[in-house]
Amino acid sequence: MAQINLNKIAHSYMKRPTGESDYALKLIDNIWEDGGAYALLGPSGCGKTTLLNIISGLLIPSKGRILFDGKDVTELPPEKRNIAQVFQFPVLYDTMSVFDNLAFPLRNRGFDETAVRERVLEIAQVLDLTQFLDKKAAGLAADAKQKISLGRGLVRRDVAAILFDEPLTVIDPNLKWQLRCKLKEIHEQLKLTFIYVTHDQVEALTFADKVVVMYGGEIVQIGTPQELFENPSHKFVGYFIGSPGMNFIPCKVDGNIAVIQDSRGVMLKNSTVAQSVGIPLGDSLADLASKSSGHLELGIRPLYLKVHTTEVNGGIKAKVKALQDHGNFRILTATLAGHTLKARLDEQDIKAAEYVWLEFPPDWIRLFARERLLK
Amino acid sequence: MNKWEDNRAWFLVLPVFLVVAFSAILPLMTVVNYSIQDIFGPGERVFVGLEWFREVLADVRLHEALMRQFLFSALVLLIEIPLGIGIALLMPKKGWGASLSLVLMALPLLIPWNVIGTIWIVFTRPDIGLLGSLINGMGIPFDHTASPIQAWITLMLMEVWHWTPLVVLLAYAGLRAIPEAYFQAAKIDGASAWAVFRYIQLPKMRGVLTIAILLRFMDSFLIYAEPFVLTGGGPGNTTTFLSIYLVKIAVGQFDLGPAAAFSLIYFLIVLLLSWLFYQVLQNVGRGEA
Repeated sequence: MAQINLNKIAHSYMKRPTGESDYALKLIDNIWEDGGAYALLGPSGCGKTTLLNIISGLLIPSKGRILFDGKDVTELPPEKRNIAQVFQFPVLYDTMSVFDNLAFPLRNRGFDETAVRERVLEIAQVLDLTQFLDKKAAGLAADAKQKISLGRGLVRRDVAAILFDEPLTVIDPNLKWQLRCKLKEIHEQLKLTFIYVTHDQVEALTFADKVVVMYGGEIVQIGTPQELFENPSHKFVGYFIGSPGMNFIPCKVDGNIAVIQDSRGVMLKNSTVAQSVGIPLGDSLADLASKSSGHLELGIRPLYLKVHTTEVNGGIKAKVKALQDHGNFRILTATLAGHTLKARLDEQDIKAAEYVWLEFPPDWIRLFARERLLK
Repeated sequence: MNKWEDNRAWFLVLPVFLVVAFSAILPLMTVVNYSIQDIFGPGERVFVGLEWFREVLADVRLHEALMRQFLFSALVLLIEIPLGIGIALLMPKKGWGASLSLVLMALPLLIPWNVIGTIWIVFTRPDIGLLGSLINGMGIPFDHTASPIQAWITLMLMEVWHWTPLVVLLAYAGLRAIPEAYFQAAKIDGASAWAVFRYIQLPKMRGVLTIAILLRFMDSFLIYAEPFVLTGGGPGNTTTFLSIYLVKIAVGQFDLGPAAAFSLIYFLIVLLLSWLFYQVLQNVGRGEA
């Protein structure tokens, strides 16, 4: 178990990186607490696997140091770092039995056979693999195989952190959920530092205490799932987390009113197209907006956008483009002053109509300047 | 679909069937025909039953040739398979080194078989050959046309030089197909280089090695051109393998009946052994995986 300190880490795959664009990881400077369950979330190519490989020791970063519990391990190879890794697809020793697979890391480190046996049985119990111990590992289902890969990390008592590189990719959807619960359970039982790389927000949000969102080689936000949802610190987080992602509309703030600029470049204040395109803001947000300069964008989660089929006070008229059924909820797509907005409807009483009236609850409006949250 | 339409499929198979018939089945039937008749000339033949089979099976020289053949194939497999795997493990994984070593490895495979024999005749000649004169120059008498042991050594050298690259290429392909994650996992598990080979590389190469072993066994068991050119089966009969002996009977002595019977037995031996090898290798696979 260990606290992981990423001290000003940057990495480039090129021999002589010149500009910032040559870096796969731009600048990572963070401390990850001992025993935490972290999820590294981001789209393909955002640098999350690079960061994982730097933590595991498969890559040595071009710049910066990495410390486990204050000890510099930057140059140490994986086997000297006491980390374990679970890969995208199950990596097993096909010719060995499940028992031998689990025992392999211990035997390689010269433990005596009674200690090996005791520990393997203990971990097999935790992972529900006891019944398979004598079987060849190759014959098992993908989820059992992935548990064996995990088990090879868990058997080592001194393991500092367990890294997961999209471990559920090859698992059937119905087993994914089970395995995710199992991972959570193991984390609570063993209190190990878990680092889980994924591009699936559902996996990240359900697995982790802290989600680390990466974008373009940088960490854009670290927070609990709730923080990411309610206060995305970067436009990317707002867009990437949540289904559908946050709505963003360029606006100008005039006192306590956010004035929405038409995408065709015409100011539409109290025009006839919409009843009103001034959106009232809370006092603190208006205060923040007055201190910032440059272009602002208004963001609101589709979940918090209120939709009315009849004209209401404070509602803004918008043209309906589509209404999609997603089973237990529906997604309404509407245009307001040329900007597309999505709203999530949980009630079933809204029927297809040509116009709706959108209400923006001030508590859920966020403002972004240069892609960052105003706060 | 009516019946006529279903049967139309046979027309599509017919060309292949004809090619196979003329290239494999008819010649084989002709051999079967020869093996049970005594042929004096065109139109003059007598049915002799299993006479030729009895004669061939009792032939001491054939027994000796068969033993030589087994020894040769066993040596080929024992040397070429481990050597091929070893070279494949040492070859660079990427960059210009990988391309260069692949081209170098492929070179012996691109030379016609009888040319190989000729190259080695010249190479090992005691008087002017690079290798032959060098060894003699070091004070070790060397002449593969006189010494049976030296004839075997020369033949094995030539065979290993010629065909190990095939094993190398197959093993190399097998090794390259192993995902990087296996090696990373092994590193994390603290596995030694031997453990990586024993538990990752070797099991993952099982498929290509089965092919390599089968190909090398069949080819070496049927070897003809190289020893024919290099030693002509000599000195004495010491490098007379089955196919060289067969050609001696069929073409040298024109004993078509015994040669045909011999061919059939030869064919069955190769078939049986290949099947056995395949079964054994498959079972090793099943037991392991």
